[in-house]
Amino acid sequence: MATIRRYVRPEQLRVFSLVFLILAIFLFFGSQIQGYFSVRIFNRVTSDVAIVAVVAMGETLVLLTRNYDLTVGSIVGVTAFFVGKVVSAYHGLPPVAAFTLAIGTGALMGAVNGVVISYGRVPSLIATLGLLAVYRSILVGAPTDKIVVAHLLPPWVLNLAGASLFSIGGFYVTPLLVIALAVLVVFHLVTRYLRFGRRLYAIGSNPEAARTGGMPVDRTVFLAFVLSGALAGLGGIMFLVRYGDLTVGAAQGMELNVIAAAVVGGVGAFGGYGTMIGALLGAFMIDLLDLSLLRWLQISDFWVGAFLGALILLAVTVDSVIVTRLRDIWAKGELRAGTARESAAAGKEEDGGA
Amino acid sequence: MARRSGWLRGWEGLLLGILILVVAFNVINARHYVGIQNLVNLFELHIEEIMVALTMTFLIINGEIDLTVGSMMGLAGCVMAALWEKGIPAPYGIAAALAVGILVGAFNGFMSTYMGLSSLIVTLAGLIGFRGLAFVLLEDRSVGNFPGWFDHLGQQPLVGPFPFAVLAFVVMLVVSIIILHYTGFGRYTYVIGNNKDVARYAGVNVRRVKMTLFVASGLVSAFAGLLLAARTGSMRGDTGTGTELAVITMVVFGGVSIFGGTGSMFGVLLSILITLNLRNGMGLLNISGDVQTGVLGLLLVVAVLVPTVGNALRDLFRRRQVSTHPRGAGEQKGGAS
Repeated sequence: MATIRRYVRPEQLRVFSLVFLILAIFLFFGSQIQGYFSVRIFNRVTSDVAIVAVVAMGETLVLLTRNYDLTVGSIVGVTAFFVGKVVSAYHGLPPVAAFTLAIGTGALMGAVNGVVISYGRVPSLIATLGLLAVYRSILVGAPTDKIVVAHLLPPWVLNLAGASLFSIGGFYVTPLLVIALAVLVVFHLVTRYLRFGRRLYAIGSNPEAARTGGMPVDRTVFLAFVLSGALAGLGGIMFLVRYGDLTVGAAQGMELNVIAAAVVGGVGAFGGYGTMIGALLGAFMIDLLDLSLLRWLQISDFWVGAFLGALILLAVTVDSVIVTRLRDIWAKGELRAGTARESAAAGKEEDGGA
Repeated sequence: MARRSGWLRGWEGLLLGILILVVAFNVINARHYVGIQNLVNLFELHIEEIMVALTMTFLIINGEIDLTVGSMMGLAGCVMAALWEKGIPAPYGIAAALAVGILVGAFNGFMSTYMGLSSLIVTLAGLIGFRGLAFVLLEDRSVGNFPGWFDHLGQQPLVGPFPFAVLAFVVMLVVSIIILHYTGFGRYTYVIGNNKDVARYAGVNVRRVKMTLFVASGLVSAFAGLLLAARTGSMRGDTGTGTELAVITMVVFGGVSIFGGTGSMFGVLLSILITLNLRNGMGLLNISGDVQTGVLGLLLVVAVLVPTVGNALRDLFRRRQVSTHPRGAGEQKGGAS
């Protein structure tokens, strides 16, 4: 038992259960819907999910620190629209420059969030609630025409959407999917091994303790918001590539889907725990379930919201009831192991004395 | 305690100053601003939001939040509209809508108090979920043609120049002020918001207070949704979207701490008046609704930033004073730099 405890953490169980659930969903609907087991469903899901997943991983960085970033939907919209306008006007702009511009724009807005929240001491919920409206109104109030049209975009943007780098048995690996996986790898390593990443968890677990312990709390939270903004910017250009035609309402309300993906993926709503892969799987599971339900029940699109809300609630309840209890068991086990080691050490000392 | 009320008075003083500025601006810019008709109009255009702001004030002071209000407004309206569409008389539809409001409020309250989940997350899920249910009911249809008396109630003056909704708001405002500031329940609301555990040890029935507030919030939101349906004469699945943002902005701008425990109905009332007048003024200047929301968002952020920046500046000033005055060391430093 103790060895199991050492090698399997509750967080990992959470991710495993998510993988298991996704498999279960897949098998269940496979038995219900004819022709379900085709690569088409994966291709559909992955192309939609890549965007939400990238933004959700950025959001996770912020959630880990016990903060919320509600501006991501607006940042995705503003970046997609802004970059769309720029590349429509300057067709010669290389793709790399367009991506850099998108990420930079997002990071800039993230930096504004970060300054207001970590240096201005405004609670993140309020600050991002206000700024989400501010960013959106910058977009709406901008003195340009209110749409980006696909046929004015340079050819590389349109090609990127339909392109597949390579395919494994009809399963297309699209550039968007590759971007999402790259973000996953990078930020998995960051949160796992980098000092900055570990601080996110420490701050989220107990902000006061982290501060007392001498951690640069303000700087870390600021950086988390900048990175969240940058990833939302990346999500913005992915949004542009995927949809082409945009209005000023682009990606409105996306922050809710993003937070839903993270929470379903086991990222704690009060900070301190959660993984990048969880956020990605959460986004994947929501979309897979969504798509499968639509095909199974022939229900209309209108059910999506009702069902998503129920799913979040379920995930949070399960988390609070089961995972918290598991974590308690783990912690108690560790405590017992600790005291056992101590008493063993004490025993040895006595032996040595005698 | 004295210091806190002093700070609050300071905040409310600031709000009063802003209000006077905004009103003065409006009076100078718009010829028809002064007059009972415009005043009624001012309230009527956002009457649903400011109604919900009253219950939201209680909840936030109590240390909770209800993000479902906008979706609840939509859901209540859609329940009524869907039943009406099926040929069920409007009074039954209204009763059903209010019952749904109570149920949703009780559900939010149960999940947040008995299940020990954060109301932020519970109601975030509700914000998505209940809006989804509203869409399930009406899909992409728009239902109108409500009975004459229903539309009349929402659109025509009832007593003198005042429509039903405005009168209802005034009654609710008075009741809210009395409950929050002059009853034991109001004191409990503050005490729980300050420290839930202490309140519980002191024998306050924390769960009952919270449940009551969530149910009230659901009921008032449903009522506001019905008023909205009556005022606009039609109902769609997306009616009332984004109301939660406007409502929370108003409450927090009114000096209610998002962490609970502080704030007053008076501050919220001032904030409501500022918001209404600002919107009215911006409307007169032809500024679109989305940009208006942006300006209010900016106002919210700046309003919360001001005390922090003020404190930081004061600290900076004090530190400089301290370091330049004592024992000559400061003087040397000053000379060197």
